Amino acid sequence: MGSGYEASVGMEVHVELATKTKMFCRCPTGFGGEPNTRVCPVCLGHPGTLPVPNREAVEMVVKTALALNCQVPTDSVFHRKNYFYPDLPKGYQVSQYGETNPIGYHGWLEIRPKGREPKRVKIRRVHLEEDTGKLIHTAEGGSGVDYNRAGVPLMEIVTDFPPDITDPEEAKEYLVQLRLLLLYLGVTDGKMEEGSLRCEPNISVRPLGAATYGTKTELKNLNSFKSVQLGIEYEVGRQIQALERGEAVLQETRGWNESTLISYPMRTKETESDYRYFACPDLAPMRFTAETVERVREDLPESPRARFDRYRRDLGLSDYDAGVLTSEIEWAEFFESALGQGVDPKLLCNWLTGDTARMLNESGLAIRDSQLTPSHLADLVRMIESGEINSKVAKEVLEEAFKSGAMPSETVRSQGLAQISDDGFIVEEVARVIAENPGPSEQFRSGKEQVIGFLVGQVMKATQGRANPAKVQEEMRRQLG
Amino acid sequence: MSITLDEVRHVARLARLELDEAELLAFQGELNSLLGRCQELQSIDVGELSPRTHAVALTNVLADDTPTQGLDQSLALRGAAVTRAGLFVVPTIIEE
Ligand SMILES: [Zn+2]
Repeated sequence: MGSGYEASVGMEVHVELATKTKMFCRCPTGFGGEPNTRVCPVCLGHPGTLPVPNREAVEMVVKTALALNCQVPTDSVFHRKNYFYPDLPKGYQVSQYGETNPIGYHGWLEIRPKGREPKRVKIRRVHLEEDTGKLIHTAEGGSGVDYNRAGVPLMEIVTDFPPDITDPEEAKEYLVQLRLLLLYLGVTDGKMEEGSLRCEPNISVRPLGAATYGTKTELKNLNSFKSVQLGIEYEVGRQIQALERGEAVLQETRGWNESTLISYPMRTKETESDYRYFACPDLAPMRFTAETVERVREDLPESPRARFDRYRRDLGLSDYDAGVLTSEIEWAEFFESALGQGVDPKLLCNWLTGDTARMLNESGLAIRDSQLTPSHLADLVRMIESGEINSKVAKEVLEEAFKSGAMPSETVRSQGLAQISDDGFIVEEVARVIAENPGPSEQFRSGKEQVIGFLVGQVMKATQGRANPAKVQEEMRRQLG
Repeated sequence: MSITLDEVRHVARLARLELDEAELLAFQGELNSLLGRCQELQSIDVGELSPRTHAVALTNVLADDTPTQGLDQSLALRGAAVTRAGLFVVPTIIEE
């Protein structure tokens, strides 16, 4: 900060779970589409209906809680959070209240901001609730309501107080690491632009060394990692300026305007006691036995962090390579799948982060939208490893695979591209090139070393790059020696 | 335990009910009598029992994540006073 102030940031993250159906009814989930076409009497809040929780959603939250090193309580209930707003058809949102009632509580996530010491961010709770509908402002007057999203399973992850996060960079890193972990767990698609992952940080500043925390504001409408960082930076600056002018910071909710890069006060609905939380009588309590929790824990997939460490330790990859291959879920899955076909990790890594990444970059395609599969890369690397093709040919067949989806070994076979390591053939070719190039051959014999490159090049040219260059050079030296 | 007129006013606002002074007074009386009934429960000795949130002894009533057909849009909207382009229409919500 460098201004005699320090910031504290709490993070509240809402995650739409990747279930097929809603939280308390079996309406399908989805994004977009015709309004009010994924609704039923339960999610429209009709009288006389009974909600039944989605087992898959509950398991996803238990998984997340454990991956975030949380406690899972034996008993956990749903509460009603009561308020009136048109996007909430029942007049209450089903949520989870209390310190040790949520499916997960008192955990932590380790973050490693660039160039800084790793830091544990304490998690206060991970709870399960339901999403609201969407309000659409119509030109004709009045607000339109679409309940397709109403009742979609929503997981809320809240950091603990006092906050561990002390600046915008750490806040962004926390969100990046949390999202990556959730993608590894497969519990959400994590699309911030579609609202599957929403972040509402609360921010306060205080003079350095002050014993108490400043008044906090909550920031909404942050739709990207960049907005999260910029919004927090702006809010920290705004609060410091207010304090410098001798003004008080108001406890309020503020919205972020992405085009003006300014936060503005929003109307707030109610204070916490106004929500009149009480246990939802329609929903039976959940009970998690030690066996259930252990079963889920055993089935947890490898975390991004653990995979990073394994790539460095067991596969001997560099920090950079291990980072590239674990920090995007698509790459991580692609690499794992190709690696599973028993090829050399380092070679695979090079061809993936080198030529493959370049082609994807140039075409603007994501790896999952391209024709390349892990089998294409494994097939390619296998031929390079065995010496069947050299790297020049490898490049060509990879490009062909990228363009047409042809399997590299198929391209090599059909176009006769296999590397020529046949000794007799190489001996003949080298002899022919020496005979046809008496000048350069003489220069080499009289000590002009670099001419060997030209001579080997002639053999490679004659064989369309298919001769094994190491063998050609060896034979060339023998015949000229 | 008794409820003040201000508390009645506050609860009425949360319930989006517009009540005049006479109604507020009437509700104060009715709510106080309800609270009085609840107060009677305090005389029961529950020392042996552990607190619970539900009366029925059921846990983990959960459903499989298998989609079923919901309502047609027209049927979903049938009970609404105003609709437009597949949306329920409500008075404008003022929010910046
Ligand atoms: Zn429904």
